[in-house]
Amino acid sequence: MIPINRAVNRRRVLRGMLGGAAVTVGLPFLDCFLDTNGTALADGKELPVVFGTWFWGLGLNPGRWEPAKPGKLEAMNVELQPLAAHTSKMNVFSGMKAFLDGKPNGVHFSGVQGMLTGTVPRGMTADKPSVDTLIADVIGTRTRFRSIEVCCAGNPSHSQSRRSGAVVNPGEVSPAALYTRIFGPEFTDPNAADFKPDPAVLVRRSALTAVADDRQSFMKTLGAADKARLDEYFTSLRELEQQLDLQAQKPAPLAACTVPGKVGETPIGTEIEIVKTNHKLFAGLLAHALACGQTQVVNVAFSDATSSLRKAGGTQTHHEYSHEEPVDAQLGYQPTLAWFFGEIMTQLAFYVSSLESIKEGDKTLLDRCAIMTATDLGYAKLHGLENMPMLTFGSANGRLKTGVHVAAQGEPTSRLGLTMQQVMGVPVSSWGTDSMQTSKTITEIVA
Amino acid sequence: MPHFKKALAVAALTLTVCSTALLAADDKGGGGPEVTRRLSQEQYRQVISDVFGPTIKVGGRFEPDIRRDGLLAMGAAQVSVTASGLEEYDKIARNVAAQVVSEAHRDTLIPCTPANAKQPDDACATKFLSETGRMLYRRPLTQEELTGRVKVANDAAVGLKDFYSGLGIALATMLESPKFLFREEIAEPDPDHSGQYRMDAYSKASQLSFFLWNAAPDPELLAAAEKGDLNTQSGLAKQVDRMIASPRLEGGVRAFFTDMLGFDEFQTLAKDAMIFPKFNTKVAKDAQEQTLRTITNTLLTEKGDYRDIFTTRKTFLTPVLASVYEVPLVAPAGNWAPYEFPEGDPRAGIVSEVAFVALHSHPGRSSPTLRGKAVREVLLCQKVPTPPANVNFTLVQDTKNPQYKTARARLHAHATDATCAGCHKIMDPIGLGLEAFDSGGSLRSSENGEKIDTSGELDGMKFTDAAGLAKAVHDDPAAPACVVTRAASYGLGRLPTKDETDWIKSLQASFKEGGYRFPALLRQIAISPDFYRVSPPQMGAIDAPSKLASEAPKTKESQK
Repeated sequence: MIPINRAVNRRRVLRGMLGGAAVTVGLPFLDCFLDTNGTALADGKELPVVFGTWFWGLGLNPGRWEPAKPGKLEAMNVELQPLAAHTSKMNVFSGMKAFLDGKPNGVHFSGVQGMLTGTVPRGMTADKPSVDTLIADVIGTRTRFRSIEVCCAGNPSHSQSRRSGAVVNPGEVSPAALYTRIFGPEFTDPNAADFKPDPAVLVRRSALTAVADDRQSFMKTLGAADKARLDEYFTSLRELEQQLDLQAQKPAPLAACTVPGKVGETPIGTEIEIVKTNHKLFAGLLAHALACGQTQVVNVAFSDATSSLRKAGGTQTHHEYSHEEPVDAQLGYQPTLAWFFGEIMTQLAFYVSSLESIKEGDKTLLDRCAIMTATDLGYAKLHGLENMPMLTFGSANGRLKTGVHVAAQGEPTSRLGLTMQQVMGVPVSSWGTDSMQTSKTITEIVA
Repeated sequence: MPHFKKALAVAALTLTVCSTALLAADDKGGGGPEVTRRLSQEQYRQVISDVFGPTIKVGGRFEPDIRRDGLLAMGAAQVSVTASGLEEYDKIARNVAAQVVSEAHRDTLIPCTPANAKQPDDACATKFLSETGRMLYRRPLTQEELTGRVKVANDAAVGLKDFYSGLGIALATMLESPKFLFREEIAEPDPDHSGQYRMDAYSKASQLSFFLWNAAPDPELLAAAEKGDLNTQSGLAKQVDRMIASPRLEGGVRAFFTDMLGFDEFQTLAKDAMIFPKFNTKVAKDAQEQTLRTITNTLLTEKGDYRDIFTTRKTFLTPVLASVYEVPLVAPAGNWAPYEFPEGDPRAGIVSEVAFVALHSHPGRSSPTLRGKAVREVLLCQKVPTPPANVNFTLVQDTKNPQYKTARARLHAHATDATCAGCHKIMDPIGLGLEAFDSGGSLRSSENGEKIDTSGELDGMKFTDAAGLAKAVHDDPAAPACVVTRAASYGLGRLPTKDETDWIKSLQASFKEGGYRFPALLRQIAISPDFYRVSPPQMGAIDAPSKLASEAPKTKESQK
């Protein structure tokens, strides 16, 4: 096992010194292989990798989503049918679970924390960073935004991206606001013919040094916990400084970058047609943002964990149906609940198609992505944490194999988070706590 | 049924344990730990309005607050600023600063004129930034801080060839500094109690001002801090009495109850427009305002008993709210008018008002469980256990099931499962008393054609309708005890520690002896030395205070 803080460089990887059989990071996989602009590999052929999460609440119906057999992914089970067109570019993981280790089940909370932070907290307060932030700290340091989060059901707190227990990256809830944030006046088109840095940007960048200088005097009277918290503030400040630095430089051209049409205001809420409309707009904006090199990490929360999605005119939410709708004796499942899952998986397919639709040479944007899905439960009706559905999309520039069904037997969901980190170049060989701790890379999908 | 009894016993035990745990926080001996709180959106807006006037607009998206142990005020001590959050603070700060230095405002908001508007002006920048910085940082700037910001203004003025633009840049860096965005508590040895620590005078001023007014200290309070008055009991009491007598107390009281009642959740509250066509954003906004008016009228205008907010029939309505309540109201369109529900009406007190019943419901139907839980957790400070894992909910059928037409019938079926019964027994009998109000807050008498039974019980106090529930909450000693703990926690930004248990008990006793007068409770907290006592700082955390700009030798420029 290598210490996490030990530097990983090209030479160490080439010499195979990542240590331990568990390390499966292949040769072309680390960010240190990128050229100094971060726009292509050293050989000039590949654009940088992208990591993303796509979260929805309440899992899926057991028995209706798992592929029939492990190994090559062929026919999709019924609840994954909407994703059938992406079979060759996705993976399915079944049989993984969250271990409580005697801790109370924080319903709709413990499961997703285990999956995304590798830790099931003792209570309803998380205390570990989510996998996307760990990856963003490695691959997201040279882009305008370290990561972008969106929440489609109207509440910025639905975001599952957290840097620490109480520091949650809030999600944009308005596609119009996201458009302005990315493609508004501060956007620099990488393909523009001429580039002239804005003097106001240079002045602002210089002025922010004064805020950074506040650090020493402000931190000296704080206790340890507050110091750690305020460290997050100064990390954010560095990101803001970096944004301005990038605005002052001519960006490298990106052939696939086009500026999308302006997005207007849309209704915001939990009614599913509203959520779908906003999700589609978000999907398009995020795909364009990635193609334009604005970020390398994107996190989508389609719903909250206790899915508040609802049909117009219905008295119950998706969550209420999960508990209160009787299992249809003939069908063997809850039909309305299954309807919601169908809608959600169709939206996930739309998101993946948005990435696939952007052509980058003879490949697509999806090909340099690794999108990992996350959810809070295995079987919503029972608040179950067994057999939690997990999927990935994209091959991350060939670092991942796709078209695979990994059928595990009661192993921790944190295995996927560990594997994603390793594939993205995070120098970690073991991740998680208690029974969620794992050093078992999912080797079946590592190229 | 042994399982049933066991579940009840477990639930009862959990409630008791959780109530006691309110006082079991850090225990470091003498006071509690220092807390560093992020300004809330409302506090940020209030400070900008107080310092620059209401014409300066604050636009933008603020980082979401989080609730801890029942209050956003305690969550404020847990949060930081994320990258996207700082992006927004940056935009808001630049926007505010640009307005302040704009041609429309500079003559009134900048207390000097530069010798040449195209060039830096050290003296004018120093005057503006020292005076403004004192209000924003809630203390005088240190010489180093002032010099640094004046340099920012001068450098930016050179770069942009404009004094005012440069000044705006410097102001923006103050507005996005952690020294403005976070309220820091500075500890100092307490000369009257050897070995103990207290907040320094400026920290005291902030503690007091945000507690009573939800605002930063005003010039008079800062002056009292500077003179050392806040370190004497008489000086402190003088300021507390001034602030309690001020009309600004209402803003503080409204902020406290907005937090305690969880009104922030209205931002994302959804009601189905097809089922509740009357419930819209205007109703949601007015409903919150109605409850706040009911509270401030009872507690401040009538100087009444805190418990009466649960039973008073006096309230205020707008025409749109009157439509939801289905009562006649004579009021100009959009305006508020007093209204009193008649004796015998089920509406009595804040629990039966639209804000409470709508907030604690599902989007498409009422929920006795959510409402009962809210009464326990929000008003009585009792923690209800979270639902267990692996529970089969099959017994609760859909609303169209002919066998279970009402919520009472559906919940009764659900509660035959012993695992579920324990928790539902402590929530549902309370919430069933509010079943006469649908999810949108309107009155109803039947559900699916069956007459609604609104009888219920709160810890042995039986009632037949919402007014009876209101009386039960009013008479429950947990209600006033709860608001005392909440108010203290709200002011402290944390749960009281074990060392502060006696203080909380004495506050509760005084509250009762004084007839449950809320302003008196606030005064009692605000003049208590315990409110400003902090546990000994960690090694190395206390440094010698930096030299304040006001103490530094004056330069020729700054004397102009």
